[in-house]
Amino acid sequence: MRTAVILGICVIVLATAAMAFAQPVPAEQLQVTEQAAPQQPWSQALEAIFFYVISAAVLLSALGICISRNIVRMAVYLFFTLGGVAALYFLLLANFIAVIQLIVYAGGTLILLIFGVMLTSKSPWARFDVKKKEMIAAGIVCAVFAAVLLAVITTATWPVQSQPEVHAVSVANFGMELLTTYLVPFEAVSVLLLAVMIGAAYLARQE
Amino acid sequence: MFDPEDFKYVKFLVEIGLTHYLVVATLLFSMGIFVMTTKRNAIGVLLGVEMVLNGAAINLVAFNRYHGLATVDGQVVTLFIIVLAAAEAALAVAICMNYYKNLSTIDVDRGDTLAG
Repeated sequence: MRTAVILGICVIVLATAAMAFAQPVPAEQLQVTEQAAPQQPWSQALEAIFFYVISAAVLLSALGICISRNIVRMAVYLFFTLGGVAALYFLLLANFIAVIQLIVYAGGTLILLIFGVMLTSKSPWARFDVKKKEMIAAGIVCAVFAAVLLAVITTATWPVQSQPEVHAVSVANFGMELLTTYLVPFEAVSVLLLAVMIGAAYLARQE
Repeated sequence: MFDPEDFKYVKFLVEIGLTHYLVVATLLFSMGIFVMTTKRNAIGVLLGVEMVLNGAAINLVAFNRYHGLATVDGQVVTLFIIVLAAAEAALAVAICMNYYKNLSTIDVDRGDTLAG
């Protein structure tokens, strides 16, 4: 338990350090297609505040999943993680995806998982203790993985295109795209979902 | 007085861009891998998978916002990820129930019947 807490704190400190020492991309290297409209300073500050609050909620609840040993508590922490990710989608102007995330993920998938917990446990408070050695090994591997990825992300130069006017994509556009460009994957995924649901009902049946 | 170089980092912290979202997604992804490898409850492993999928989906939506001009490609793929995650969760819960029926436990370390 204590090791996991220390490891989690190390990961967060590492990430904060990486962000603090990241080199911002020089303006002349950006392939700016069109100058962005000057934003109001207060709206930018508001976006930053919202981003940091929501990210803290997402990452802290994810950390809670890491260090909790109780499966029910882990499911509740996952609810906050999923809700926070939906809020991040709202910040990214992906309104439709955010709503779908809330309905399908937080409302459907998570309830399914909680039912799985209830059906597969003699007591919902049953706990399985993990060997400390395994915990440390996994923590080191994941921390190194995160550190390498963060180093790459914060030093890479992303060709950011600034949008002249930022607006959310309408649901009509989204549906049009889904039924024209992405028609084949859309149909494939719906057939897959049907097959999976029949398979799951078959697997979980009572003899 | 003030050197503009000193404000570079402050400016970077205040102006939310692609990098910030990628950092959050990376941390979520890594913690998901940690959960997948350390939990012995099969449902706990599933929770880790959901975290990993969410970390990947944040990347897609962030790139769509900052890189794709007026397109919805990243969001459509994110929709497919959500559908596949729901399908995966349904199937995995059914498998967990079978596992519990056969072994009377949900501990993944006990499922070593096929081990030599």
